Amino acid sequence: MADNFVIEMLHITKEFPGIKANDDVTLQLRKGEIHALLGENGAGKSTLMSVLFGLYQPEKGVIKKNGKEVKIQNPNDANALGIGMVHQHFKLVECFTVLDNIILGVEDTRHGFLQKDAARKKVMQLSEKYGLKVDPDALVSDISVGMQQRVEILKMLYRDNEILIFDEPTAVLTPQEIDELMEIMRGFKAEGKSILFITHKLNEIMAVADRCTVLQKGRGIGTVDIANTTKEELSRMMVGRDVQFAVDKAPCKPGRTILEVNGLVVPSKVHKNNAVRGVSFEAKAGEIVCVAGIEGNGQTELIYGLTGLEKVTGGTIKLNGKDITNAPIRERSKDGMSHIPEDRHKHGLVLDYTVADNMVLQRYWQPEFQNHGFIKKGAVMDYAERLIKQYDVRSGQGPITIARSMSGGNQQKAIIAREVDKDPDLLVAVQPTRGLDVGAIEYIHKQIVAERDKGKAVLLVSLELDEVMNLSDRILVMYEGEIVGEFDPKTTTVEELGLYMAGAKKQGEAKA
Amino acid sequence: MSKKSKQPLLQNPGVVGVLASLLSIVIGLVLGFILLVILNPGASLDGMKAMMTTGFASMDKFGKVLYQAAPLMMCGLSVGFAFKTGLFNIGAPGQYTMGAFFALLCGIQFQMPWFVCLLASAIGGAIWGIFPGLFKAYFNVNEVITSIMFNWIGMYLVNLILANSPHMLASGWGASNSDRTAALSAANPGAILPKGPFAGLFGNSSWINIGIILSIIFALIVWVVLQKTTFGYELKACGLSRDAAQYAGINAKRNIVLSMVIAGALSGIGGGIYYLAGTGQYVIEKSILGMGFNGIPVALLASSNPVGTIFSALFISYIQVGGAAMQPAYSSETIDIVIAVIIYLAAFALLMRGVIAKAVSGRKEKGGAAK
Repeated sequence: MADNFVIEMLHITKEFPGIKANDDVTLQLRKGEIHALLGENGAGKSTLMSVLFGLYQPEKGVIKKNGKEVKIQNPNDANALGIGMVHQHFKLVECFTVLDNIILGVEDTRHGFLQKDAARKKVMQLSEKYGLKVDPDALVSDISVGMQQRVEILKMLYRDNEILIFDEPTAVLTPQEIDELMEIMRGFKAEGKSILFITHKLNEIMAVADRCTVLQKGRGIGTVDIANTTKEELSRMMVGRDVQFAVDKAPCKPGRTILEVNGLVVPSKVHKNNAVRGVSFEAKAGEIVCVAGIEGNGQTELIYGLTGLEKVTGGTIKLNGKDITNAPIRERSKDGMSHIPEDRHKHGLVLDYTVADNMVLQRYWQPEFQNHGFIKKGAVMDYAERLIKQYDVRSGQGPITIARSMSGGNQQKAIIAREVDKDPDLLVAVQPTRGLDVGAIEYIHKQIVAERDKGKAVLLVSLELDEVMNLSDRILVMYEGEIVGEFDPKTTTVEELGLYMAGAKKQGEAKA
Repeated sequence: MSKKSKQPLLQNPGVVGVLASLLSIVIGLVLGFILLVILNPGASLDGMKAMMTTGFASMDKFGKVLYQAAPLMMCGLSVGFAFKTGLFNIGAPGQYTMGAFFALLCGIQFQMPWFVCLLASAIGGAIWGIFPGLFKAYFNVNEVITSIMFNWIGMYLVNLILANSPHMLASGWGASNSDRTAALSAANPGAILPKGPFAGLFGNSSWINIGIILSIIFALIVWVVLQKTTFGYELKACGLSRDAAQYAGINAKRNIVLSMVIAGALSGIGGGIYYLAGTGQYVIEKSILGMGFNGIPVALLASSNPVGTIFSALFISYIQVGGAAMQPAYSSETIDIVIAVIIYLAAFALLMRGVIAKAVSGRKEKGGAAK
């Protein structure tokens, strides 16, 4: 046996009601490699890793460590075998300090009292050695997402884990933090640790991984060496067809003005200053206006103000010429505004409702779905069935699936189906592709362009510059609550946008 | 829901739910029995027998089971309804007291017929529900705190008013005691709930009246409201995710207030039903009536399902009547402890559901492997 596998997962099958999450999947991890696990949302990546981490028991298949078969019944077993995992949604105690979180579960005690000095020393050593900067005495609730992730990584190192699982670690990070993480992962590899890296960002795989195993709808498609493959090939393996990275779209033909925002001011929740300071712009029928910027420059609050989730303290908003500055959310919706929210779990879905109930979240009160206050169950189910089919929302049990149990990509598709099918005049889409795989992104981009071509105004907020450049007809850059520049994507460059986004440059006052 | 599912019986969530409840009740009874053996071995068998069988022993006792179940059901519905909207209505006792007071006020002071009294009890409970609702919706004050305070405010207010209304008290109607309200049979027989169809069935049992029918009707109405109407859809959305409800343009504040008002009215009707039976008189005491609190286990036992509440209220009423029959071998305090143990374990239904699911899937796995 030439290959030296630390972990082998052979012919793993895991079923859930109505769906085979893993179907005869084999994954072999060599010692000292970064092994990417690639697949669409809902392809079964997280399930497979949960099996390895002992959270689920597979129906079939075996797991071997260093060639010997092992049984992993729970995360403690996994830990004992040197397997550690950074979950997509961190598992930290918010009101504990960083140090307490790291030692939680393996803390030293003497006579029942905690002994933290040795632990602190070890944590600081690890932190220095791998460049994982943390403040051991800060409360987790006070530190940034990037630092929380470093705490999770330190947790694994503190337990001397040799096999490190990263479940979509870059989804929550800024570009700079992603670069740092890649560096850290290379450091681990040099140390001889083995890394399983779950992602659907092809660029990251190309940059850091040695090999990649691709899953498609629960089945293992194959394992390839990164050195001998291309982004295009990987995406073809993942989606099962060629994926277009560039968005195909006809030239923009702006029509009448749909949305008119004048001097909008929205207060901030976190500090005393206004988050949005006198923003004015328009969106016309048949164009995609994109608000670009680095996270936290007032985009979220701008959208909250526009959609009515937050009260505005100044300025006006007009939709189709009608002043809706202080209108309730329901009225905005009736007047033709659709909103694909930034946080699909918090706002976009009632997670414990079925897909069918979620599909009518914006329309249940319409005569089509209710009669004298009684919901027409049949109409709701038929409507949900249609949307599920039309927008390819995949779920275990169709319309009666609980929304929470669906994969992120399908949850997003359900929201988009609901909002687009409402046939709005203005579609507000905030980070509609965050955390989604290339197949889903391509699909959502097509939907957005299709809406534009139908003569809707689209207001898109995105942090991804690729998306901004690809999709928009007009770009507004937001910096510290103001619009600092307006650009035509055909004549500007990513570099130029970057300068404005960072606040290094600002266009003349009169503009935008 | 879809009826076309061809799942095996034991994987049907409804069947599993009922089975889980029954199983936990059995475990509760077994533990209750062990407790009886420990406390007084000699009387334990008779005691257990009394607890298990008294409710069905005679029509009179069965009438009492139904009589007690009605207000329990209403309080359980009240707590369960608020739960569905994400609110913990621990204010049921206060709303229940207010409902009882309004009903008695209408019955004795104003000499109204029973249906007007019942309506008044709903209004009384609703008024007591609206305050915690308003505080929660507009000032984000935790409803648990406000409703607990309103329990005490309600009780002392009612006591204060009654103590100063000679016309309301038994002593004002020819009886000697001034620590309780007048018996309706003396003050206004027209305010007593009619026996309806039970008149013949239960002979001259003084307990039975149409209260139980009304309660079951209310349970069904609540079920329909929650499951079938846009209002119920909105309420549940608010309970499950306030942010998503707001995003959908649902007026969460209005729904919180409405939910508490309705919950209050349900508890209030419970109070009305209990005191309009004509058998009980409101006694001016310095303790909060337990009936409202008992609504909490009733709702929990039924997982807040209105139809389940019908059965859980009957069950709890049944063991209460049975428990009362264990005297004098056991003191009323020990009986309360045993009843509490049984109810407590019965509330493990959720846990049992998991156990059953595991057992079923385990058997399936083995069966699959054997093939």
